[in-house]
Amino acid sequence: MTDVQLTTKKDWATDQEVRWCPGCGDYSILTAMQLMLPDLNVRREDTVFISGIGCAARFPYYMNTYGMHSIHGRAPAFATGLAMARPDLKIWVVGGDGDMLSIGGNHLIHALRRNVNVNILLFNNMIYGLTKGQYSPTSETGKVTKSSPVGSIDQPFNAVSVALGAEASFVARTHDMDRQHMQEMFRKAYDHPGASLVEIYQNCNVFNDGAFDQVSKRANRDAMLINLEDGAPIRFGAEQERGVVIDASGEAQIVDVADVGEDALVVHDAARPNPAVAFALSRLAGGPTEPTPIGIFRAVERTEYAGAATEQLAAAQASDSAGDLNALLRSNPTWEVG
Amino acid sequence: MTDVVDAPAGRDVDRVVIRFAGDSGDGMQLTGDRFTSASALFGNDLATLPEFPAEIRAPAGTLAGVSAFQVQISSQEISTPGDEPTVLVAMNPAALKSDLSRLAPGGTLIVNEDAFEERNLEKAGYVDNPLEDGSLDGYALITVPMTKLTREVCAELGVKPRDAERSKNFFALGLVSWMYTRPLEPTLDWIQSKFKGRDMVIAANNAAFKAGHAYGETAELGSHVVTIAPAKLDPGTYTNINGNTALSWGLITASQKSNLPIFLGSYPITPASDILHELAKHKDFGVRTFQAEDEIAAVSSAIGAAYGGHLAVTTTSGPGVALKGEAIGLAISLELPLIVVDIQRGGPSTGLPTKTEASDLMMAMYGRHGESPMPIVASYSPSHCYWAAIEAARIALTYKTPVMLLSDGYLANSSEPWKLPDVDDIPSIDVEFASEPNQTNEDGEPVFWPYMRDEKLTRPWAIPGTDGLMHRIGGIEKADGTGNVSYDPANHALMTSIRQDRIALIADDIPPTSVEGDPNAKVAVVGWGSTWGAIKGAVRRLDEAGKPVAHIHLTHLNPFPKDLGEVLRRYDRIVVPELNMGQLVRLLRAEFLVDAQPVNKVMGQPFTAAEIEQALLAEFEALEA
Repeated sequence: MTDVQLTTKKDWATDQEVRWCPGCGDYSILTAMQLMLPDLNVRREDTVFISGIGCAARFPYYMNTYGMHSIHGRAPAFATGLAMARPDLKIWVVGGDGDMLSIGGNHLIHALRRNVNVNILLFNNMIYGLTKGQYSPTSETGKVTKSSPVGSIDQPFNAVSVALGAEASFVARTHDMDRQHMQEMFRKAYDHPGASLVEIYQNCNVFNDGAFDQVSKRANRDAMLINLEDGAPIRFGAEQERGVVIDASGEAQIVDVADVGEDALVVHDAARPNPAVAFALSRLAGGPTEPTPIGIFRAVERTEYAGAATEQLAAAQASDSAGDLNALLRSNPTWEVG
Repeated sequence: MTDVVDAPAGRDVDRVVIRFAGDSGDGMQLTGDRFTSASALFGNDLATLPEFPAEIRAPAGTLAGVSAFQVQISSQEISTPGDEPTVLVAMNPAALKSDLSRLAPGGTLIVNEDAFEERNLEKAGYVDNPLEDGSLDGYALITVPMTKLTREVCAELGVKPRDAERSKNFFALGLVSWMYTRPLEPTLDWIQSKFKGRDMVIAANNAAFKAGHAYGETAELGSHVVTIAPAKLDPGTYTNINGNTALSWGLITASQKSNLPIFLGSYPITPASDILHELAKHKDFGVRTFQAEDEIAAVSSAIGAAYGGHLAVTTTSGPGVALKGEAIGLAISLELPLIVVDIQRGGPSTGLPTKTEASDLMMAMYGRHGESPMPIVASYSPSHCYWAAIEAARIALTYKTPVMLLSDGYLANSSEPWKLPDVDDIPSIDVEFASEPNQTNEDGEPVFWPYMRDEKLTRPWAIPGTDGLMHRIGGIEKADGTGNVSYDPANHALMTSIRQDRIALIADDIPPTSVEGDPNAKVAVVGWGSTWGAIKGAVRRLDEAGKPVAHIHLTHLNPFPKDLGEVLRRYDRIVVPELNMGQLVRLLRAEFLVDAQPVNKVMGQPFTAAEIEQALLAEFEALEA
């Protein structure tokens, strides 16, 4: 790698005025990213942010890197093409819950399944912001919005469950009230070879204010956020008095540690080849109103897509006759007319 | 094993049109393809028309399951697969029923009589056996027990009867090869390499092929033997090529000529999938193929690769273009090079997936929201698909724009002899990535403006990784120059005009209108796409009959050649034959205020020269009246 000049947060910011609503959770995510990037020892020139459509998708305009603000839902597909063409680049994909899980759900699951080396940030605010407040694919059933005046009848997606079901090799969750935790998750996602999905609970203070307050407000965090730490029994609570067990049917349950003893708790291991425990953990909370795990659910090594494609290419190009255009045109039977 | 009998010297004829028809499982495409290949190597000019159902295996023996392959071979230059077959090979009753009406009166009919048993007759809707009821008296009927003879010859090899039956198409091929004095080696060589490692299959196919060949001699069919001399083509090295292969090779050539690797994002769709298959084979040329999860991801991935500096391509058919519309609009807004290949088929909706039509011109021209012009290049023959692909790449890379490349199901699958070019003679396509800032900001620092324009109104192509040229692009309207998001009304008007003008400017860089036939005629026929062969054939016949016609065939449909309006106004009558309900004709009328008249066909089949000839004759009558 070429020597990378030291950078600071402001080197990663553009001169463009940030135009999210005052108080939007997106600001803190942007700050966390701009604070984290100088630590990566990576050039801005080699960094690309690609987004779809939505409030979150304005993100690339504020990053002093290469960037593309594409069309609704398709950012993972643009990123896949760029990653295959240019495996040398560090590619981030940014989108909201509508972008990634509704109109672009197909591209998200296939990017994860293929394990393309892109870092996908899913800003989940459980609402459509840019279109002014319709329910989203992560909105809770019964949500009253302009487009669901007597309550939404949709079953919401659980983004982490979706990602795990899509064979994702890296899945994490964080929230916009904890800059340190966001930076750590972004860093881990970046370090992961292959596709990584980071769900960020993000407050939309205009159309869905306080959606995550029950878990992410400082006063509630101890009781409501379950920190997943590799190698440690899963415990939470002000006194670490509660914990998580996997019961006989494979479901995750919250228990009092005093009742079961620490040895009964599940020891977190994001590298488990089988995603069953990670999935069970993803189902622990029915929504951000119940104790909710954050951190890395799953991080396993699996063949990275663009690298595998590059290897196939290199193998084919190793032969002496590689790239002989005249030979190509004569690869079917030919005849001479004299 | 039967020995190969030397072919007798037969009657010399200029041309023959043979149609192989059978059940989808009978291997008719392969049979036609092999006959074509042998004829090509023999030196005939030729043109083919494969026709097959959309179902992979429609119920056996039914009319829906009939698959056919028509080929015209000639000692003269030809441009169509023929108006009507002079020989029909029918492998079962359904094939006879569906294709007999195409056979020329008095034509030769070669029938596998073994397939004409009660159940097959019933499935084809015959009450009486047409081989016995005299209904075929108007044809030179040759009935052959192909299944039985194939089984017998294969039994000697120890091949099971059911397996042996699969070789009966080679029996038919052997017989027809004998009747038309085709060389045997190309077919025998092909069997050897195609079925390599499957010795029993090779033996069975060889035996059936030779038995069919010998049958002609022993059954005393000598009076049917016909010789078609090699055509007097330009000196050179030739190969037989279909449109999709030519198009794929054209893209690879453009990649080499521009020094940019190909990235193909594609989702399988008939009749375009063979381009994906062909390009996937050529990783040694640095070709990256990505089979995406859907049509939208296919085009989006290509745009991503274009941003990264690749020669980006997406291939599809009409339904796929409809799905890609929004992303193509983004590419227009981003001003990035992209080739969108549309192998047109019958529509709307699923329509006729395996049948040809050329009804996507208006979609190519206008099928996106907003003011979103893009250049359109159309190929006109199987081998021209090679040149059209290079031209589409040249325009895309030179003018940093998506380009629509139109072909159709007929060109995609039909083949013709192609005189191979010397690739060194093909001009290079010069592409330069931006490497330096191109502006100075108010503080006197060098900065990069992604939407600074040159004299062609194109913007710099600055790829990620380039020092100091970080920039953001997107689908939101941007200020000309800086590329920053802009909702300014005057700027949007300016950008809309620029997007229009920069495509119109390409007219300065394409050839003027070329007129074939008789440029001084009163009647002009204007075509585009695969109608070229039929129009050319019709114009030649009319010329021989003393009725001169000018033939203008457009390969650039947006922008048009600069002189097109002026050229069109020279003619009293303008006829526009199209495989749609009149799309080019509307563009010509709207653009040039000329009284162009449509001739339309939407039957899933190409025009025959006779159909165009009839339409043009009507114009002569109108002129005289």
